[in-house]
Amino acid sequence: MPPTGSPLEPTNPTATRHTRHRRRKARVLAVAGAAALSVGLTGCAGWGGGSVGGGGANSIDVLMVNNPQMVDLQQLTAKHFTAETGIRVNFTVLPENDVRDKISQEFSSQAGQYDVATLSNFEIPIYAKAKWIAPMDDYIAQDTAFDQDDILKPMTTSLSSEGKIYGQPFYGESSFLMYRKDVLEAKGVTMPEKPTWQEVAEIAAQVDGAEPGMKGICLRGQPGWGQLFAPLTTVVNTFGGTWFEEDWTPKVNAPEFTEAVQFYVDLVRKHGENGAPQAGFTECLNNLVQGNVAMWYDATSAAGSLEADDSPTKGKFGYAPAPVVKTDSSGWLYAWSWSIQQASGKKDNAWKFISWASSKEYEELVGEELGWTRVPAGKRASTYENPQYLEVAKAFAEPTRAAIEAADPTNPGLQPRPAIGIQFVDIPEFPDLGTQVSQDVSSAIAGQTTVKEALDKGQELAEDVAERYQKRSQG
Amino acid sequence: MSSTTETVDGAEVADPHREPQAINHHKDPKSHILLTLAAWLCGLLFALPVAWMILTSFHKEEDAATNPPSLFAPLSLDGYKAFFDAGPWPPLANSLTASVVSTILVLLLAFPAAYALSIRPVRKWTDVLFFFLSTKMLPIVAGILPIYLFAQKVNLLDNIWLLIILYTSMNLPIAVWMLRSFLAEVPVEMLEAAQVDGASLMTTLRKVIAPVVMPGIAAAALICFIFSWNELLLARVLTGTVAGTAPVFLTGFVTSQGLFLAKVCAASFVVSLPVLAAGFAAQDKLVQGLSMGAVK
Repeated sequence: MPPTGSPLEPTNPTATRHTRHRRRKARVLAVAGAAALSVGLTGCAGWGGGSVGGGGANSIDVLMVNNPQMVDLQQLTAKHFTAETGIRVNFTVLPENDVRDKISQEFSSQAGQYDVATLSNFEIPIYAKAKWIAPMDDYIAQDTAFDQDDILKPMTTSLSSEGKIYGQPFYGESSFLMYRKDVLEAKGVTMPEKPTWQEVAEIAAQVDGAEPGMKGICLRGQPGWGQLFAPLTTVVNTFGGTWFEEDWTPKVNAPEFTEAVQFYVDLVRKHGENGAPQAGFTECLNNLVQGNVAMWYDATSAAGSLEADDSPTKGKFGYAPAPVVKTDSSGWLYAWSWSIQQASGKKDNAWKFISWASSKEYEELVGEELGWTRVPAGKRASTYENPQYLEVAKAFAEPTRAAIEAADPTNPGLQPRPAIGIQFVDIPEFPDLGTQVSQDVSSAIAGQTTVKEALDKGQELAEDVAERYQKRSQG
Repeated sequence: MSSTTETVDGAEVADPHREPQAINHHKDPKSHILLTLAAWLCGLLFALPVAWMILTSFHKEEDAATNPPSLFAPLSLDGYKAFFDAGPWPPLANSLTASVVSTILVLLLAFPAAYALSIRPVRKWTDVLFFFLSTKMLPIVAGILPIYLFAQKVNLLDNIWLLIILYTSMNLPIAVWMLRSFLAEVPVEMLEAAQVDGASLMTTLRKVIAPVVMPGIAAAALICFIFSWNELLLARVLTGTVAGTAPVFLTGFVTSQGLFLAKVCAASFVVSLPVLAAGFAAQDKLVQGLSMGAVK
């Protein structure tokens, strides 16, 4: 509809004066408004994180992933750490994928907004090379109470770059096989002390349908380099396969890699959980707790949830080392760890926080206040000597420690590797590569494509990655 | 999001050209019943996910995650306890600040702009109108990196005023377009009468035009409020510990280890309450607008 305009200019002198007066008033108002706005801009930046701005000099900002252990930490920080040191800690908590996005954006631009962030042993060597995070060796040397030697060796190795330590684990994990002792027993099956994948496949077939609606084993099928390819890469390793050889020759459709993936896909299709192409860690945990599967190969940290006081299947589980074929061990290694941003102006306070959160004392604090099953374990040798922890965690404590100790991030398979990492290749290109290939493998689990097709495509992608990575590191 | 869609539709329904149709339906009782049924069906369809969310929010985590769903599991307030224990007040206050202040700014700027595009159009007013619209054509995600780097340079990262400025500019074109269509229907006679009585421009705007287009202002305000309140992308990228808004806080309940459905449902319900409240507050103004058209 066209606007209907009409001449509205004031014509008599009184009205003109009136208008001028109004205009002046409006201008005064505008100036006042602008002034108020600028005061606001510099004064109050928001309602979170203390009184003014970022909470003052005696505070730090921490960006972390929303896992249960971090939520516990959030509860205990104000009451203990802040009360003892006077350092206020402002947390931003986000889901895993969001936190990775935000951390890479924050650290690559060195915005300095956060002093500490939770990184994993995947990011830390890469970030260290880019000089986005600060080395901790000086702090470690001065802070003898922290006791670096107590941190499990594979952890320290995987959080170091060029001989310097860039991260401290908050909790660590490897992978192992969890199984229902009662179900296996009812079927007259015994789990070997050190099972091979072939044995596990046989057991899965035997216990499939042991109870109404119960499947043999839960294995992740959800696409994602950190979902499907966490367990699957360990299977590839122990079948003798690898993503890349030492000179970056891609081996994704090599016979060993193909055999491993075919084995995994067949096992999960025949005796795996319902809805396998969408099942990740959470879905498998649910399946096991609700009695929908008899076995599960996944993170050692899951055992805490299985044996929690409110778990309906508490006490029914046995734990066996990660199944192997051609290697001695095959468990992965993963640790959510603290790192300090290079651009942070509060590194001393940041270290104080890390030193507290990763300390023995903090583990004891959690044990006493929240319960020993909730201790962020898997990082310190002393945890596995603590009688109170061992009492509640006796079923899985030793298997966990043994799995972490046996993990070798520098040499996880049969051949030398170009980069560190067990269930991943530690280069920035890997998440994209792993996720793309995992989508096709997940389709193979769903029966929409074949393993060969998926891996032939994966090989092309890997060739491209190898070329790009080498070009980048040379240039 | 459903409330947003409905409101947009509402604004369209206000178009007087549709009114004769509606009257025709009223005359035929059969189609009237059918239409009522269809409306109820649509309403229920929209309400079902919300009802499901509310039900889940009162379950325990273990019951919320079962498959098939346990409808009649015992009720519990654990989800709400977890939400309120996590300190939701600063993010809620941030969201309220950003939404209310940006909505006020939008109305203050959009009202004169709409006046200059309808009642006393500037030269090439159609071009101006489409220029306003063109600012909405770039997806926000395409501009996010420059905005982030700019904010970092001028030290406005994690500052609620940055969000206020962005939300204002994000909603301004929509508000201008909405208000313009309402203002365009103000009869010239009314303005002339005001002029004859010696009313200044400001008085005309405040005392003559504003009351007539109140439904339009209410609708525009509600839309702006809802859009700002629900905005996630900008808030997630540009805020941190100080200026984080409620949607960012809400996503923080999602975890890749352990169960979270009940907590997220409880948090979603609480976070959507202010929007519902704003909708109810604006309802009678909106209904007035729908039933009357902008002007009788």
